[in-house]
Amino acid sequence: MQVSMTVNGDEVTREIEGRLLLVHFLRDHLGLTGTHWGCDTSNCRTCVVWMDGEPVKSCTVLAAMAGGHEIRTVEDLEQDSVLDPVQQGFIQCHGLQCGFCTPGMMMTARALLDRSPDPSEHEIREAISGQICRCTGYATIVRSIQWAAAHEAAAGAEAEVPDAVVTAGSAS
Amino acid sequence: MQVPAPFEYQRATSIDHAIGLLERLGSSSRLVAGGHSLLPMMKLRLANLEYLIDINDLHEELGYITIEPSQIRVGAMARHRELLESDGLAEAFPIFRDAERVIADPVVRNRGTIGGSLSQADPSEDLSAVCTTLGASCVIRGSSGERVVAMEDFNRGPYETAVGDGEMLVEIRIPIRPNGSSAYEKVERRAGDWAVVSAGAAVWMDGEVISDARVGLAAVGPNTTGIPAISEALRGRAPSEELYDKAGAIAAESCQPVSDMRGSVEYKRHLASELTRRALRRSVARIHHEEV
Repeated sequence: MQVSMTVNGDEVTREIEGRLLLVHFLRDHLGLTGTHWGCDTSNCRTCVVWMDGEPVKSCTVLAAMAGGHEIRTVEDLEQDSVLDPVQQGFIQCHGLQCGFCTPGMMMTARALLDRSPDPSEHEIREAISGQICRCTGYATIVRSIQWAAAHEAAAGAEAEVPDAVVTAGSAS
Repeated sequence: MQVPAPFEYQRATSIDHAIGLLERLGSSSRLVAGGHSLLPMMKLRLANLEYLIDINDLHEELGYITIEPSQIRVGAMARHRELLESDGLAEAFPIFRDAERVIADPVVRNRGTIGGSLSQADPSEDLSAVCTTLGASCVIRGSSGERVVAMEDFNRGPYETAVGDGEMLVEIRIPIRPNGSSAYEKVERRAGDWAVVSAGAAVWMDGEVISDARVGLAAVGPNTTGIPAISEALRGRAPSEELYDKAGAIAAESCQPVSDMRGSVEYKRHLASELTRRALRRSVARIHHEEV
């Protein structure tokens, strides 16, 4: 069957099998390997991408079901060579060690901050409660997301000075 | 690598279209909504089918939560997140928000639907316990029309429902009765897990006495079970700790847990009792606007 969808702003059309999972479509058919294929059993959420603006597990959505929808992957976080504040936060606060869970963590974090720009620690922990990290103990991930929230608020206050975020990242 | 067996994918564009496809394709076809129960089962080859009918395009038609004077009607495609965020639903039945907060995690709640949850009929499924507690009924549609089935009759056994071939669950109806409230208590091993045991309670008062009460339990029997003996024990009595103890004791005796990785039979009976007491206590406190 043929499927068409928008991935990171680009319209893509491919011939696929009905049983193809979205995670494999992104990785194997489009070469977008930033989205990680983890537990395979709907448990770890490293494969989280956005579908129509909401985080979903791409191992639990068929590529066919994504037809006609807008998908956003971790590759789209960086814009015009500027890392997203969430990415910067993970660098600044050591939000990763092995990095395997990181794409899903960052996509979930980005969605949280879009909905709730100044989340409490509880809100952050709830947002990532389904995501499994086996390295960090989550504390540094929570701090990374808090860093992103704080720097977005500061950047917003300075009005059209997104450079603040870039400069902060260059320290690492 | 877990991959479903081959099947043919179809996308339904209306309820009638979905039912037409189900009729034409027969018992080897299955509807998929959020897919967070069915797709993992297909990957494990526990569910094998020839045709998968995607009904996500029916969300506009079936994603409603309609609050009427005497009942709330919830479309089968209402997603967990929408149920969690509905203030009208939480006002009439706080048990929904209690339960939705602890169903899986936000990522799953973005996709999963009430219709899918009930149709999966997992004995540990929280929304089934909520609907059992509230005395909800299910509207099942086929090509010859609709029929309305009480939750007790909707659940036929683990993973079995009253929905027949060529039919689909389209709506859940929950009756509103005055002077009532409700609550849900769940113990899980970690955030987002299935319940070790859950208990839902709904209580209605007439002055100082309980005019009716219902308790539903999840994960302690072949289906989420309502316990009529508790309703009988509570009706006509004034709420008290002794009464909650009695209801808890009935819950522990009436349920049929099995020992598994989530706990022993003894532990689960203890939870059934304790969570029943907590849910009843909280329901009554909410009626009196005393909840802390």
